[in-house]
Amino acid sequence: MLELSRQENKQAIIVAQSKQDSMTQWATRLRAHLRDNGAFYLMITPGVLLVLIFAYMPMPGIIIAFKDYKFIEGIFGSEWVGFNNFIYLFKTGIIWPVITNTVVMNLLFIATGTLGSLTIAILMNEIHHRFRARIYQSAILFPNFISWVLVSYFVFIFLSSGDGVINQVLGLFGIKPVGWYNEPQYWRTILVIVNMWKHVGFGSLIYLSAILGISPELFEVASIDGASKWQQIRHIMLPMLVPQIVFMVLINLGRILSADFGLFFFVPRNSGPIEASRVTRVFDTFVYASLRQASNLGQAGAAGLLQSICGFFLVLFSNAIVKKVQPERRLF
Amino acid sequence: MMMKISNPIVYQARRVLKAVVVDGILLAVAIICILPLFYTISASFSSEDAIGEYGYTLWPREFSTMAYEFMLAQPERIVRAYGVTIFVTVVGTMLGLLITSMMAYALSRPTFKIRQWVALYLYFPTLFGAGMIPFYLFVSQNLGLKNNIWVMILPSLVSSFSVLLVRTYFSELPQELIEAAKIDGASEWRILFQLVLPLSTPILATVGLMMALSYWNSYYLALLFVDDNKLYPLQLLLYNIQAGARLFAERPEAQQFNIQVPVLTARMAAALIAIGPIAFVYLFFQKYLIRGITTGASKG
Repeated sequence: MLELSRQENKQAIIVAQSKQDSMTQWATRLRAHLRDNGAFYLMITPGVLLVLIFAYMPMPGIIIAFKDYKFIEGIFGSEWVGFNNFIYLFKTGIIWPVITNTVVMNLLFIATGTLGSLTIAILMNEIHHRFRARIYQSAILFPNFISWVLVSYFVFIFLSSGDGVINQVLGLFGIKPVGWYNEPQYWRTILVIVNMWKHVGFGSLIYLSAILGISPELFEVASIDGASKWQQIRHIMLPMLVPQIVFMVLINLGRILSADFGLFFFVPRNSGPIEASRVTRVFDTFVYASLRQASNLGQAGAAGLLQSICGFFLVLFSNAIVKKVQPERRLF
Repeated sequence: MMMKISNPIVYQARRVLKAVVVDGILLAVAIICILPLFYTISASFSSEDAIGEYGYTLWPREFSTMAYEFMLAQPERIVRAYGVTIFVTVVGTMLGLLITSMMAYALSRPTFKIRQWVALYLYFPTLFGAGMIPFYLFVSQNLGLKNNIWVMILPSLVSSFSVLLVRTYFSELPQELIEAAKIDGASEWRILFQLVLPLSTPILATVGLMMALSYWNSYYLALLFVDDNKLYPLQLLLYNIQAGARLFAERPEAQQFNIQVPVLTARMAAALIAIGPIAFVYLFFQKYLIRGITTGASKG
């Protein structure tokens, strides 16, 4: 009996000792780790904290989508309502134009943006005069650096009903002036043009650098074989550009649910008729409008959560495709 | 091919025609891209009546500096907004560059064991965000940052895009240099500030310019969190005067002497003043901006 307990005691001591050993080992290891990495931890601290505060800490607030939000009670105090906010959005149908607009407008932007950027890049590649190339490029890229607020000023100069440039030009042909800001049916086209105007320089720059990456020997050989410029573009350049095009389109498809807030918010200048027609109502403007009216924040939060979750899976999905077709370019 | 050689005139003609078409299209696109700027300049130097009568023209029908005179006489709002924007841009860019390069350096060092996890932590919010409403409620209620100038700076200080861009550049630097400095006993801080950063001026210029332009043009945070017009940055002031707010106070003597307060032309003058610094940066530092776009795109 005594023998047994002694043995037990011994074992216990051994266990405790090895525990202590592993503790001190662990502590020395930690110390060594901190000696080697301490500076790195300090270096990342400000950035990690900022991301924590402004990106992660608001995240629990997404439960507002499942609450009947009352300002006084706050997000966490408000009453749970399950999926009622989502059911409301779909039953009343107010979410449908938001979804279709966001998706349709983004599809139009992707199609026109890709075509426009490719065309400009191919044309730019034909300019061998350096000065002219620089001038064209500077001018075409300029809109990319102008804020949406200022873009709305620019658009107003062209579309204003009495003094606008477009109506002046129409007047030259004897066409009656159009009240652009009162005619919602034109706005899909207008937004597509404005979006292209702002982004085509950016896109063309990316495609141009892809073109410059194609081995010039390919074109030389083709030209010796008698291929015309057009044939070279059609049969060499475009096929070589396909990976870049596929990549850009996939990345943009992954973001198809996030709308460019500035474009949809500033450019139509809060016009009543356009707003009423809902052509410019996309996820981001819809949620912002609810926030400003401080009404139905639960439903707006539900719309936002829908956008975030579907957007998340779309990005994962498009990344999975990129991974399959061009593993070296995947995002993660 | 045979045709072209046997018929040099046709060949030459086709070449010239091609050049004319290519240059013609690009010239047209280039003009369309900067045309609005010229209309804005013209409108700001036009008399208010001329715009009412003839509309916006490429050359002012009636030259007038009224818009600018009013702005000089009552500069308060513009100057204030300018000050806010300059503060936000300068502080945001400096802090942003500092924080971004510290983070990028740590993430570029292979000895930093958890760097993959930190990169994931940084990147995840670009995949899944809280959304506007939770963000708004958290920042305005929990943090109480409404109408605080820092609310226009802090949330966009760190972007995973810039950190990863700078990190890639750092990790492409010759690592032997860093190892040598370590053997000589330099601390990581010293290596970062006295070795790595001086070697990385091109990427720092690129990222810094991109940050500065995006702070200058930013409106989103101000739109959400600032309603005190003393704290309006330029973009928000421009949005509000576009939406009908007055740039100048109503002065009784102006009505008395029948002086028309410029509205349309003053808006355009204000817009130009906001574009000014961007145009300047754009003209002189374009190559850094172009590098930012092309390297950013190829890295995904």
